[in-house]
Amino acid sequence: MKALELDWKPLALVPLLALIALPLVGSGSTWLTLTVAGLAMGMIIFIIASGLTLVFGLMDVLNFGHGVFIALGAYVATSVLGGMSDWTGSTELWRNLVALAPAMVVGMLVAGAVGVAFERFIVRPVYGQHLKQILITMGGMIIGEELIKVIWGPQQIALPLPEALRGSLLLGDASIERYRVVAVVVGLVVFALLAWTLSRTKIGLLIRAGVQDREMVESLGYRIRRLFVGVFVVGSALAGLGGVMWGLYQQNVTPQMGAQVNILIFIVIIIGGLGSTGGALIGALLVGLMANYTGFLVPKVALFSNIALMVAVLLWRPQGVYPVANR
Amino acid sequence: MLNRLLSNDFPRSRVLAVILVAVLLGLAFAPFIFPGVKALSVAAKVLVFIVLVASFDLLLGYTGIVSFAHTMFFGIGAYGMAMASTRLGPTWTALGVGLGASLVLSLVLSLAVGLFSLRVRAIFFAMITLAVASAFQTFASQMSDFTGGEDGLSFKLPELLMPSHEFLDAPFLGVSVDGRLLTYYLLFVTAVVLVLALLRIVNSPFGRVLQAIRENEFRAEAIGYRVVVYRTTSSVLSALFATLAGAMLALWLRYNGPDTSLSFEIMIDVLLIVVIGGMGTMYGAAIGAVLFLVAQSYLQELLRLASEATTAIPVVSALLSPDRWLLWLGVLFVLSVYYFPTGVVGRLRASATLDRGGLHGDKA
Repeated sequence: MKALELDWKPLALVPLLALIALPLVGSGSTWLTLTVAGLAMGMIIFIIASGLTLVFGLMDVLNFGHGVFIALGAYVATSVLGGMSDWTGSTELWRNLVALAPAMVVGMLVAGAVGVAFERFIVRPVYGQHLKQILITMGGMIIGEELIKVIWGPQQIALPLPEALRGSLLLGDASIERYRVVAVVVGLVVFALLAWTLSRTKIGLLIRAGVQDREMVESLGYRIRRLFVGVFVVGSALAGLGGVMWGLYQQNVTPQMGAQVNILIFIVIIIGGLGSTGGALIGALLVGLMANYTGFLVPKVALFSNIALMVAVLLWRPQGVYPVANR
Repeated sequence: MLNRLLSNDFPRSRVLAVILVAVLLGLAFAPFIFPGVKALSVAAKVLVFIVLVASFDLLLGYTGIVSFAHTMFFGIGAYGMAMASTRLGPTWTALGVGLGASLVLSLVLSLAVGLFSLRVRAIFFAMITLAVASAFQTFASQMSDFTGGEDGLSFKLPELLMPSHEFLDAPFLGVSVDGRLLTYYLLFVTAVVLVLALLRIVNSPFGRVLQAIRENEFRAEAIGYRVVVYRTTSSVLSALFATLAGAMLALWLRYNGPDTSLSFEIMIDVLLIVVIGGMGTMYGAAIGAVLFLVAQSYLQELLRLASEATTAIPVVSALLSPDRWLLWLGVLFVLSVYYFPTGVVGRLRASATLDRGGLHGDKA
């Protein structure tokens, strides 16, 4: 976006982290496997986090209930894919991919629709009051989680990958799970679409301007509330898509998954700088890589390592790697 | 005398005063008024939660900080007692060592979290504490050599506090005077002392500064108060009180595991109680804890009845299943944040001020 004064230092963090991990992991092929897994996980997290960070940057709304949309997307995917077992059971790749597409679309639609209701009834009455926002979106999260339990039951549901996406490709000695490649591709497509919308369209221009200075955009005559509702809904839909991807990545879904992923998302958007899409991408990749490296090296401290990462980044840049909003 | 005890912070509403006295008397004579093991357990849990919620109120209601790591300190207190008692045997020294060690650990942790994350942005604090608390919970259940993992730890107390220790041969007023009763009164006295201490803290000049920060951080800083120092002190104090509440819980249950003291559901319960009782009032903690814990038992009963009555209608029946009681609490929570932001205590005080014509009453 700002091509002239591109701040490259945060960009260098991702390859730096990967390089530091190389001697620690030891074997090159294991390292490659872990790196691809980390990038795939990072891309999925990015899909979920991008909506949340825009919602915060644009309207100063911190949504602790974002996790509901993740779980919702994943549960919708279990229903959709469960109903298309001849397509997912087929060994032909194109049939599997065709089966994934409706799961993703329906997941996004449902999450987006619930997002409309969430914005209207949970978020709108408490604009501008941070304390109440945190409390109320937390309440919305509880309600959403319980409603998921009512509809799909409280137990864990398996979400198997389609036939042809199981297993892994061999690249030299390194085995790379096929689904992870799909995840990276979908993540890149989402990022490209987002980046294009934000930097090349009028709506994107307004969103970016709104993140930087809301009052100015309003005084120019644009209804930023309406724009915000749109961003909130798209953010929810993206969380739904991320939920589908995450559910397939874990190969099972639980009602609590939203709350678990939420914690990773928070770490990501804090690292990235609230309101920054580029920062969210870097944060997500860092968190994904870190989780996979430490999961391999010292599994017991995996979650702590991400907190340590966040602490380190914040000591370096207290507002996150790309601070955007002036709040 | 009363003035000194309550730190000049009277209930300021006749109804509220009556309710508070009723709660105090009810808890003081609970073993005699409400016979039965379960009723006494509920009463003891109320005592623990009053301290826990009051300490959270210091943070949320008085300083305006949202922390999700409060159960972490609660858990540290409970684990301190449990781990020391399993390692060192059921002695008073073990309890002392456990309590001391957990207080020190809470102090260090809360200082670290506070100094670090209160320095950056207020909104980060909520998110960072959420992450730290969840990491700590995972950590506690993984370190099974020390913490007993998911199973937790059962332990024995010193002989004096065990139910098998009888002080009198015959029951007194129909209640057997044993170690269990002594433990209950130990908790009762501790809870009263701790709540009065918290009242003292929030009504001291220090507490006034906290409220000033809550109302307008920038102005407080401009007047010359170091906001970071006050906020950190407040979060450390509240962590220490939460640790003591955790120790009380472990003392009563003679067991501790991740689900009993660290789980996120307890955090939600605490939030719910603070909001229902009334943020920034201290007395709200007592009323909220009683209301909530009684509702927790009765709501599930009520839901079971409703669910059985509606078995013919599939969705409604599933919605009313007793396992879904958290759903209704969530709805209650959202509604009370909207329509009831000052909680029970705030409402009572507001109506008391109205009754007095709003002339002599303080600002409620």
